[in-house]
Amino acid sequence: MAIFLTAQSRVLIQGITGSEGRRHGARMLAAGTKVVGGTNPRKAGQRIDLNGTEVPVFGTVADTMAATGADVSVIFVPAERTKDAVIEAIEAAIPLCIVITEGVPVHDTAEFWARASAVSNRTRIIGPNCPGVASPGKSNAGIIPADITTEGRIGLVSKSGTLTYQMMYELRDIGFSTAVGIGGDPVIGTTHIDCLQAFQEDPETDAIVMIGEIGGDAEERAGAFIEHNVTKPVVGYVAGFTAPEGKTMGHAGAIISGSSGTAQAKKEALEKAGVRVGRTPSETAGLVRALF
Amino acid sequence: MDLFEFQAKELFAEYGVPVQRGKVARTAAEAREIAAEFAADGHPLVVVKAQVKAGGRGKAGGVKLAQGPDEAFEKASQILGMDIKGHTVYTVLIAEAVDIAAEYYLSFLLDRANRTFLSICTVQGGMEIEEVAHSSPEAVARIPVSPIAGVDSAKAAEIIAAGRIPAEAAAGAALLAERLWIMFADEDATLVEVNPMALTSGGQVLAVDGKVTLDDNAAFRQQHARFDDISNTDPIEARAREKHLNYVKLDGEVGIIGNGAGLVMSTLDVVAYAGQEFGGIKPANFLDIGGGASAEVMANGLEIVLSDPSVRSVFVNVFGGITSCDAVANGIVSGIGLLESRGEHVDRPIVVRLDGNNAAEGRQILADAAIGVVEQVPTMDGAARRSAELASIASKGA
Repeated sequence: MAIFLTAQSRVLIQGITGSEGRRHGARMLAAGTKVVGGTNPRKAGQRIDLNGTEVPVFGTVADTMAATGADVSVIFVPAERTKDAVIEAIEAAIPLCIVITEGVPVHDTAEFWARASAVSNRTRIIGPNCPGVASPGKSNAGIIPADITTEGRIGLVSKSGTLTYQMMYELRDIGFSTAVGIGGDPVIGTTHIDCLQAFQEDPETDAIVMIGEIGGDAEERAGAFIEHNVTKPVVGYVAGFTAPEGKTMGHAGAIISGSSGTAQAKKEALEKAGVRVGRTPSETAGLVRALF
Repeated sequence: MDLFEFQAKELFAEYGVPVQRGKVARTAAEAREIAAEFAADGHPLVVVKAQVKAGGRGKAGGVKLAQGPDEAFEKASQILGMDIKGHTVYTVLIAEAVDIAAEYYLSFLLDRANRTFLSICTVQGGMEIEEVAHSSPEAVARIPVSPIAGVDSAKAAEIIAAGRIPAEAAAGAALLAERLWIMFADEDATLVEVNPMALTSGGQVLAVDGKVTLDDNAAFRQQHARFDDISNTDPIEARAREKHLNYVKLDGEVGIIGNGAGLVMSTLDVVAYAGQEFGGIKPANFLDIGGGASAEVMANGLEIVLSDPSVRSVFVNVFGGITSCDAVANGIVSGIGLLESRGEHVDRPIVVRLDGNNAAEGRQILADAAIGVVEQVPTMDGAARRSAELASIASKGA
């Protein structure tokens, strides 16, 4: 089964003719993803070569969906055009839209989120500024390296890309049902809670790893959700215990203002909900390993 | 990016948000000149305000009234050079004093949890706003603002009414709110705060103090670079910015280089834990070199990190995901070579942990290069411990 992304998912790429779109499109195909096409209004009707496999280019998301049955969009367009690309995907009513682009202004994210909400969130948005979704052995939509892990029964949700990869690699012998990189921006589409709920309901997931970092209160709210709604074992990790107040650490969302949003507060909230929280990524991997 | 008060007020004025007249001085002599100019226009009473990006300026003695040019000189001399919460005062704002009848509070900000915008408004403005929000939350109105609909005159009136701003100020406050929203939206701000929003004895509503935070991601469509101020920026951070490196100076001994913000933050934590064993060794910086890790980026990164004299050892922590470890290892070898060729002798120990794609090949490349200062440790925890230990040994030797 996996969550959000399955072997049946049909993936289109917005920005397929750009360097990132081509590069990662080829990687996704190599990982077994059904990449069925992509968009570029100026190159509609052409075909693009993704490392030996040709896929069609369409003018719009709606055209791509009509011609190919695509049900997932992965967005690689530059930050300047991301808002319009996401709104196009929402208007085409595609079920899942994964926004890889980093550096998107938060006013743009707030606006496309409001537009998605206005149509009852019929389009699930993941990101922006995220590595995407990987269901090993089934499908890979985004930039998560496919060959660092294997298919298995751990579900993973993370704000951070490289920590996601690190965890997938450390636990590659046990393997993952799905790993979701939700992104580290102040406003994101799919949250920790959305993923926890989906993993709880997924019969192919036995345990959940949740990786958070400083900033906001998403981890605290996830803790409260776990307490009442998640019966599967959850292991957590939070980065940024030693981050100084008021300084941005790379992710736009990873900034502490005042006392809330600290790593310590997040760790305590998760532990209160019965989540085992590791002090380091390796210790966290060890806690997961002990469950299998 | 956070703005100074005087920069915030420049923006307010551009958008028609009323502010009292003011000018910035870098020296006490400039403060005297500005006060003389205001006095000549019939406004001898001025307020001299420290320009630092920190709250509590008034309580710290950074805001003083002055009657006439000589007193402005004297007060500016006292305030310039003052330290407020770790920020040195390099500039003061000389503003015409206004006769304040009442102080209110108004802000627009990003509401992360609800993924929308929010306006906060209350009749109880002034210095104790956080206490008011805590002790009587019902007195502080929180009105969601749609990113699509924004704030028109009707919405502005709704916000002002919810904040229980009295009738004599309501029209002026609503107009201020409407214009402040336009600024918030057009400038890609994530926070604009007016505290106090003052009613003068003459019946005018003014932004007497302001805080503005702008979204760095919007730099491509904004002219925010004009607000850059390097007077309070760490010199190493300033040079890192020139080289487009994501570097934050911290106060420890182990230089950190890694790929990916989350992994680097995690590396800081792991080094700090390991450092407890060695008398409190801590990370010296945050540096995320991103996915590529080319020789040039690695060389620039090492150069920046090693330019910090408190660095005793360096920990390069790289996970090969899309970029494989052999490429990263080649980047490290040629990066050190490039640094040596620039005449920068690399003399401090560099602990390297490579893991992920092609880790074995990467480790072999580093082993074959046999660079004296480079030591490989296969795990993140082990490498953190070793770099803390090496920093501790070097600190004792120094």
